[in-house]
Amino acid sequence: MDVLLLARLQFAITIIYHFFFVPLTLGLSLVVAILETIYVSTGKENYKRLTKFWGKLLLINFAMGVVTGIVQEFQFGMSWSEYSRFVGDIFGAPLAIEALVAFFLESTFLGVWVFGWDKLSKGLHLTSMWLVAIGSNISAIWILIANAFMQHPVGYTITDGRAELTNFAQVIFNLPIFSHYPHVFSAGLVTVAFFMLGISAYHILRQNEIDLFKPSFRLAAIIGVIGTVMVGVIGHTQGQEINQTQPMKLASLEALFDTENPASLSIITIKNPFNDSLILDLRIPGALSFMEYNRFTGEVKGINQLQAQYEQQYGPGDYVPPPVILYWSFRAMVGAGLLMILISLVALFIDLRNLYGKYPWFFKLLPWAIALPYLANTTGWILTEVGRFPWVVYGVVDLQAGVSKAVTGGMLLTSLIGFILVYGLLISATVYLMLKFAKAGPAVALEVSEEFTPSLVNPPEAQ
Amino acid sequence: MTLNTLWFIFIAILYTGFFVLEGFDFGVGILLPFLGKNDLQRRTIINTIGPHWDGNEVWLITAGGATFAAFPNWYATMFSGFYLPLFLLLIGLIIRGVAFEFRGKDENPRWRTLWDWCLFAGSLLPTILFPIAFANLVRGIPIDANMQYVGGFFNLLNPYALLAALAIGLLILLHGASFLSIKTTGEIEQKAKELIRWLWLLVLMMMIIFMVTSFFSTGVRQKLNVLSILFPVLGVLAILAAGYFLRKSQFGRVFLMTCMTVVFVVFTIFGFLYPQVMVSSLNPDWSLTIQNAASSATTLRLMTIVTLVFLPIVLLYQAWTYWIFRIRITSEAEKLTY
Repeated sequence: MDVLLLARLQFAITIIYHFFFVPLTLGLSLVVAILETIYVSTGKENYKRLTKFWGKLLLINFAMGVVTGIVQEFQFGMSWSEYSRFVGDIFGAPLAIEALVAFFLESTFLGVWVFGWDKLSKGLHLTSMWLVAIGSNISAIWILIANAFMQHPVGYTITDGRAELTNFAQVIFNLPIFSHYPHVFSAGLVTVAFFMLGISAYHILRQNEIDLFKPSFRLAAIIGVIGTVMVGVIGHTQGQEINQTQPMKLASLEALFDTENPASLSIITIKNPFNDSLILDLRIPGALSFMEYNRFTGEVKGINQLQAQYEQQYGPGDYVPPPVILYWSFRAMVGAGLLMILISLVALFIDLRNLYGKYPWFFKLLPWAIALPYLANTTGWILTEVGRFPWVVYGVVDLQAGVSKAVTGGMLLTSLIGFILVYGLLISATVYLMLKFAKAGPAVALEVSEEFTPSLVNPPEAQ
Repeated sequence: MTLNTLWFIFIAILYTGFFVLEGFDFGVGILLPFLGKNDLQRRTIINTIGPHWDGNEVWLITAGGATFAAFPNWYATMFSGFYLPLFLLLIGLIIRGVAFEFRGKDENPRWRTLWDWCLFAGSLLPTILFPIAFANLVRGIPIDANMQYVGGFFNLLNPYALLAALAIGLLILLHGASFLSIKTTGEIEQKAKELIRWLWLLVLMMMIIFMVTSFFSTGVRQKLNVLSILFPVLGVLAILAAGYFLRKSQFGRVFLMTCMTVVFVVFTIFGFLYPQVMVSSLNPDWSLTIQNAASSATTLRLMTIVTLVFLPIVLLYQAWTYWIFRIRITSEAEKLTY
């Protein structure tokens, strides 16, 4: 079995799976903190129930994020040991700092929050949730700092065959981080907004606990509008950053085969895989230049020219990330994003005009729209990571040089199958629980573990 | 003291924190199906570690991250060399972590039984796998001139490693039982105390056998120093002290002493390792050491500052959480969270 292929496949599957849970934790911990703040400052019992209801869903999601995150930290050494040797001097630091500074904070205080309802003052309990929210976001920053080094290595020198740190400030304030973190943060806002819109709409449609779900819907609509617009604007600057740091990624995701000035933006491009001719190619002239330079002229390099340039620079090889994956991932992400801007605006309009109950089709649609942020989050990461091909560290370590030497194809196949099975079972359990609590609403969510039903006080075996 | 030695000590401290803290919650997890005879009792048992297990586990994440940052070659060789054991460990930690969250969220008895056993298996796997891994680090494994492990999976299951798994596994069990004895009331408390009485002598014997065997099964005799004698002796003294307090039925102190035993067992292993971090059984020159496995001085200096600032803060707030949740967990359903 091909070790490299299996190692890549396993990394792709486990990281996509991990990132399925991360954005919701980032956004939802913030929302729960906001809800509890309102409860503590106004004393309204409604907001306490809201805090507990959304908090319960946060806990299920958080647990999945934690356990799948451990796999990521171990996997660098397990399957990518040569990469780890090469970059450990730089890459290890942000990971260790993340654990020490952020992960301890969020994990410890989540435990305090869950168990501390009647053991802490209201203020301390509220502080715990804010620490969870802040910790989660600091976590994201350090992980993205580590990732930024892989996308755009800076602040290092090569000594004795490995990269050594020369300037940590450069590593922290690396160019990609300024667009990647805000992009991920606002993606978290979008995810929680659609998660809450969907669940709230489900209950509003059924006239269930309207006094709880209207405020949820309103908050979600506001966060949704802010988040979707933010994610788009930041995404735009991210495109310009990629043009500087990884022009090949840009050319591939735009299906720009030859350098153009002014560069056209592809609306749809389909290539015949057998003879390389274009079946369909619909483009807006000058639009890509505008995306990259905010004016209608400016050179954007094409795949063919970049491939030639890299062959000269790095030697013979294939430097083109699979354009089909990049092109369609990008369009899925942007398409979902635009659709979400529209839906958030409609939701906000409905709330401002108090049109609840007016457009039942819209409320029926919203639970399904929960899939949209997940689609955008996943395709966004595929774009970022697959677009780095063929490098593990851009321009420095290629994939083949990074993979473990002590690991065989058989081992990787075993773990790959193992992870797929376990992850498959867990996602079923997670979806089952999420659906159960989301559909049942606050009444049940608050009852099951806090105030126990009589049947549980005297468990069947004891009777 | 050089930066490299300092970092060796930091890593030792992080693993010590992990084994002491997560040690008792692994122990509790293993005891769960045996000491909890109905759902309510099992919930009580889970609730004793409920607020803490996640924070405890971060000690491992931090130890892993710190090894990556301070000794990249150690991290790379160990994690790729121990690929399959680590894969099993990850599966264990995954099913265990979600079991805490998932178990109580459905009333179906079969659902709960499923997660009880996940909690059990997820606690047992690391309890066995970590001692095996660490025993192999000190004993020596086939590592070639390029720092690559070339030994395969079954090479790791040698008699010394299995002895370590048994001895340390039993210690973890005792540690978990002594934690339960001070955190519960009634029937569970009684059963835990009974178990401690049964286990104590066994653990004492296993500890002595393990420490003595370690002297002969590892390369420690070539680099003997005060500490490599002191740590095992203190470990045995701590477990003896646990027996003394057990006779006087002072279970708080018994727990304190099982903590100390775990501390000195980990110190013993790291003391035997130093200044190597992974011993090569093929050629002593091919061993990984605190020099050839380490990061640059720049990185070590940076990480030292970060650690000296943040580790005390972490210790403070984690200690605070044990203070707020200090009272015993009673089997009153309305007060249980999980």
